Amino acid sequence: MKRTIIPLGPFHPLLEEAEFYTLHVEGERVVDVDIRIGYMHRGIEKLSTQKTWDQVPFLVERICGICSTSHPMAYVNAVEDLCGIRAPERAQYIRTIVCELERIHSHLLWVGLAGHFIGYDTVFMWAWKYREPILDICEKLTGNRNHYAMMKPGGVRRDFNPDDFPWVQKEMDKVITATEMFTGAVLDDPVLHARTKGVGILKREDAIAYGTVGPTVRASGIPDDIRADDPYDAYDRVDWKVITWDSCDVFGKAAVRLLELIESVNIVKQCLNDMPEGPIDAKIRAVPAGEGIGHAEAPRGEVFHYVRGDGGNSPIRHKIRAPSYVNIPSFKATCVGETISDVALISAAVDPCYCCTERMAVLDRGNGITMTGKDLVELSRQATKRLKEDYGAETPVEKTIRKLMTKEMV
Amino acid sequence: MGMEEKTALTAIKQKYGALIKDVFERSARRVYVTVDKKDVPVVCRFMYEELGGRLCTASGIDTRSGIEILYHFMFPPDKQIITVKTKVPKPSPEIESLGTFLPAAIWIERELYDILGVVFRNHPDPRRLIMADDWPDGVYPLRRDFKEPER
Amino acid sequence: MSLTRWGLKKSPWVYHVALSPCNNCDIEILDLLTPRFDVERFGIKLVGSPRHADVLLVSGSINRHVLPRFIELYKQTAKPCVVFAIGSCALSMTMFRDSYNTVGPLDKVVKEIDPNAIIVYVPGCPPKPEAMILGVVKALQAL
Repeated sequence: MKRTIIPLGPFHPLLEEAEFYTLHVEGERVVDVDIRIGYMHRGIEKLSTQKTWDQVPFLVERICGICSTSHPMAYVNAVEDLCGIRAPERAQYIRTIVCELERIHSHLLWVGLAGHFIGYDTVFMWAWKYREPILDICEKLTGNRNHYAMMKPGGVRRDFNPDDFPWVQKEMDKVITATEMFTGAVLDDPVLHARTKGVGILKREDAIAYGTVGPTVRASGIPDDIRADDPYDAYDRVDWKVITWDSCDVFGKAAVRLLELIESVNIVKQCLNDMPEGPIDAKIRAVPAGEGIGHAEAPRGEVFHYVRGDGGNSPIRHKIRAPSYVNIPSFKATCVGETISDVALISAAVDPCYCCTERMAVLDRGNGITMTGKDLVELSRQATKRLKEDYGAETPVEKTIRKLMTKEMV
Repeated sequence: MGMEEKTALTAIKQKYGALIKDVFERSARRVYVTVDKKDVPVVCRFMYEELGGRLCTASGIDTRSGIEILYHFMFPPDKQIITVKTKVPKPSPEIESLGTFLPAAIWIERELYDILGVVFRNHPDPRRLIMADDWPDGVYPLRRDFKEPER
Repeated sequence: MSLTRWGLKKSPWVYHVALSPCNNCDIEILDLLTPRFDVERFGIKLVGSPRHADVLLVSGSINRHVLPRFIELYKQTAKPCVVFAIGSCALSMTMFRDSYNTVGPLDKVVKEIDPNAIIVYVPGCPPKPEAMILGVVKALQAL
């Protein structure tokens, strides 16, 4: 007998109508997922047509705080496609460094949140503590911890000071050592394996059907990565590889992100070493009539921008597509058949924007039980607690984090 | 003048040359193919199912002569984005949905309905996507004649 | 000073409300819990329900979808409560002011529900965690 779960709830103020994720369950198993968006809709595409070509990067940076520089990156790629030009070499290297720094702190953020959802709170503290030096590097190089305002059509807005590079190289080395240790522990931890292997499987054919992108699709063995598929900036001059994993599950998505983190650090170090001299701005005087498409590989996947101009000062149309837009629907394929205690983790594995995971809800009309996103996270943490008790000792991940924290890596 | 390389674009031209109204090669990596709206499903289905193209997204623009819809497909082996362009006439802009065979099209077609009022025939899930529930019917923010409702 | 006010000053319980933000402010707010800033040692506690909150940390601009929910949430929050408008979007909506889907700004919406509301403004895009801590300290001193 199927019980349909529809969220109601007079006592939770954010639960008046259909919630972001509505789970239909039968016992402990999810049988269907309904997804509702629109909470974040701010009409940015329309606003873009009221700004000049130069002002738009500031607007699109604020689409998402954690993919902050990827949106301006894709936008300036689109405008440069329209104009038929490329930014100068030095600007390309600077852009690459900024994009990869963002990938590093975004993946660390994800590691922390995943740790919290699983129930390894020391992982959350360690990962977020480790983000701080990266944000310090961003602040030193660009002037801000987030929202760097570096991109402009034709180049970058500010130059880097080579005196900062030795310090940055040293900080990057620290990140690599710590991440490699942590990754080794993750690959060895049996409790983590029990929670994440075989969970939330996104089969190859579903990944393709939904058009998923980023680590979500690479964990299903498909090597889609815009940096390799349609190289921009310095990615075709730097030695790096696309990371894939064949297991299609949550574990695979975690492994891809951790290995990408290490790869990103290597890219930053190479760019700092090979940074060419020269101008940082191609000085676009006017944008001709026409259309342009630009995309970039954000930490979550492909960010896609399409612009059309009529020769005037503003775009007449600006279409923006963020990676979570194509990844979140794949939730339908990964959640159905799973248990409620795994749902929080599966949704986190897709790495949607943080606020999206806040809006989950489950309500059993028959029993009157209400579960919110926080309850689902708690269920997940309880499941891990039981496994840890069975394991009976400190897990490899916990051991490594303890070592890292006491070594004072930062 | 050697043998033409076997790319997705050459395959499309070979199979559906008769349906293509225009091909504009903006650059080696950006190509725009214009077809009539009735031919969009068959060409897109070919690109997705036979040629392995990935639908990145679809853009809609309100112009004087109708609503233009652009379906952007990525072909990694060719390092190329091929955009299928078509136009649907107003006042009743309608086109066949790709959602019956391409799940990646489902959300974007719902969004195009929300912001431009394009109706996608046989869409598997024709609901609002991004506008609030109390947003008035028939008011499409990205139309040229859009008037903002009362705050 | 009333008992409630004294409780607020000693250990404010904070409920975080994300309206329609880009999440950068939210991430910097979460940063406050991490070892570098560690606000829990000041007695600042993040709670899971607005009914237990002394302080509402609000980020993002309000859009039409979220407006009725926010009004409901504010009414449910225990009084007295202090509303912290975190970041430029909560302060003035910045570039989203002209959008067809946003309403506000936040202080206007709050004052319409409760003309005696106490609102604290922490500017920045996003405000650094240090700025948020300064904002909390200044507000508590003023109360």
